[in-house]
Amino acid sequence: MAHQTAQRSLAGDVPGGGDRRQGLAFVVPALLLVTVFLILPALWTLYLGLTDYRLTGVQAAHPKVVGTANYTHALGDKDFRDALGRTLLFVLGSAIIGQNVLGFLLAWTLRSARRWARALVETLVLLAWILPGVVVAWLWIAFLKDQGGTLNAILHTPGRDWWFDHPMGSLIVFNVWRGTAFSMMLFTAALSSVPPSQLESARLAGASGWQQLRDVVLPGIRGHILTNTLLISLWTFNDFTPYLITKGEPHGASAVLPVYIYLTALPGERLGFASAISLIMLVINLLLALAYIRILRRRA
Amino acid sequence: MKVSLEEVTKVFDGGVTALDALSLEIQDGEFFALLGPSGCGKTTLLRTIAGLETASSGSLRIGDRDVTRVPPGARDVAMVFQDYALFPHMTVADNIAYPLRIKKVGRAERRAKAAATGEGLSLGGLMERRPAQLSGGQQQRVALARAMAAQPTVFLLDEPLSNLDARLRLEARTFLKKLQHDLGVTTVFVTHDQAEALALADRIAVMESGRIRQLGTPREVFQRPANVFVAGFIGSTPMNLLAGECVPGDGETATSWGHQIDVAGVRLPVPEDIVTELTPGDKVIVGIRPEYLTESEDGIKGTVEIVENLGTTSLVTLTTTGPSVQLTVPEGREPEPGATLHVTPAPGRLLVYRADDGELIDAP
Ligand SMILES: Nc1ncnc2c1ncn2[C@@H]1O[C@H](COP(=O)(O)OP(=O)(O)O)[C@@H](O)[C@H]1O
Ligand SMILES: [Mg+2]
Repeated sequence: MAHQTAQRSLAGDVPGGGDRRQGLAFVVPALLLVTVFLILPALWTLYLGLTDYRLTGVQAAHPKVVGTANYTHALGDKDFRDALGRTLLFVLGSAIIGQNVLGFLLAWTLRSARRWARALVETLVLLAWILPGVVVAWLWIAFLKDQGGTLNAILHTPGRDWWFDHPMGSLIVFNVWRGTAFSMMLFTAALSSVPPSQLESARLAGASGWQQLRDVVLPGIRGHILTNTLLISLWTFNDFTPYLITKGEPHGASAVLPVYIYLTALPGERLGFASAISLIMLVINLLLALAYIRILRRRA
Repeated sequence: MKVSLEEVTKVFDGGVTALDALSLEIQDGEFFALLGPSGCGKTTLLRTIAGLETASSGSLRIGDRDVTRVPPGARDVAMVFQDYALFPHMTVADNIAYPLRIKKVGRAERRAKAAATGEGLSLGGLMERRPAQLSGGQQQRVALARAMAAQPTVFLLDEPLSNLDARLRLEARTFLKKLQHDLGVTTVFVTHDQAEALALADRIAVMESGRIRQLGTPREVFQRPANVFVAGFIGSTPMNLLAGECVPGDGETATSWGHQIDVAGVRLPVPEDIVTELTPGDKVIVGIRPEYLTESEDGIKGTVEIVENLGTTSLVTLTTTGPSVQLTVPEGREPEPGATLHVTPAPGRLLVYRADDGELIDAP
């Protein structure tokens, strides 16, 4: 009896009486896919970042390993630091503040709205979220165009070039418009998890709308706010749609990091340098995620 | 403070009439129960008094002030919700002090008051805990303490005992009654448990479909249910409600007017005080509590079907030629199933209802 048990546990817990090897066979294809499509490119990027690889010329045929030169160069490079600064502004303005706050306000006000009004707003907001990037980009180019743009027609300011005059401001407004749906939906779900009786207890104590928000709602959905902030920050940080609208113009004034990397790598042909920046970006993403996980742990 | 409702109607958006032209006066300092089956509008009535629902029509006064349109925070009432609604991220002390914080009472005074209130409810050692670290009974006391802290003029309790287990419920019941007695604050509580209402309340309003079917002290409601609905609802063992008919007396047992009530072939005397109210041919429903049926030589004859042990008594179900009849027998006197029994109402305990509208026939 005991002998049998030992044998069974050696054979592993694979249902149907299979053994370890059989179990491994099921996992191998997935592992291969992950290796080919995720790990190899990452390693390749890591390698490229250590070279002076270019798209054409001598370095294209015989790239030299330059060690950490690309990284030290990037960290000291003004263009890179400007792009990073713009990205942080983009994330802060459009995601952490814009989408978060607007998404919450929409969810909060729609709670008590009539059903048809809620359905209408939700549909419109969702539409902005599900439309393909190319379509959205074109819509916003047309909306803010200097000649014949919709906004100029509304404001009676013909010839005003919004994309040229306020590239980052326009991008932030654009991204708030585009991405608020997610925050709105997440907060709608979050708000429905706050027990109405807690809000009513506060109301009976005489709490104003703001006090109810501060004392009951926000503490009740802290975890949701954190999750939402992390997700939309990461998405915005990595968002490439700005390229479809401004291509980083004018003179790189709207080049957020992904756009800057692209411009460096393809038109700029400096693949090694671009790879190094990509890796830095990856590290920033990882740090964001780690910080988030730490905060969540501390809560629990 | 006194709470008076006048013709209060509440129709919800979906078209449900939860309160139907309901009028009610609750006296200052009274411990008042709203009792009724689920969905009869008890919670809605309580929430209307709190201001969490606005009456569709009618008016509501607390003391001398018309508060029909006054927002909840300005009514000076406190409510304990069925789920207690404690703030999970605040400590017990902060929960209790919350109404004071909203009223801009200073921090030191707030803490002192919370501590004193908590102490009074035996929460002394728990002030720095979070609600999740408390038992159900402790959570309930925190909710009570939070309601008391701001010294409101009216207390509203929605099913205050329903989330406690059976033993704790009895303890909490006694505790609640003592607390209300000590505070002397007008208290309205909702319950679907008739025993709870009978045990706690000074007066009970028994509700059905948004209306009050009877208003009275626990004794009145228990001894003389005003209609068959209340009769069927009150009492831990349901009252026997037997269809019958008023018939001319057969001479021998006839009282002055000579009528009797025929129930499943058995003649019962009409209670003295209502003989003038009945004429032969009237259809009636006879109500008699199982506790007030006793064994006798004649009377309603039945066969013992089931015997249920209730502790100090047993509930016996008899099958008769008509509907089945239940009676309680004292400990040690339980009949065997299958035995034949004659039962008759204890003198003065027979209630007679009109068959058409189910209302109690009262002395003129
Ligand atoms: N917010 C609401 N919207 C629509 N109908 C409601 C609402 N609240 C309660 N009702 C309805 O009103 C009636 C009375 O409800 P309630 O007062 O909660 O009953 P009780 O507390 O006696 O069980 C029920 O039929 C219920 O479905
Ligand atoms: Mg209820």
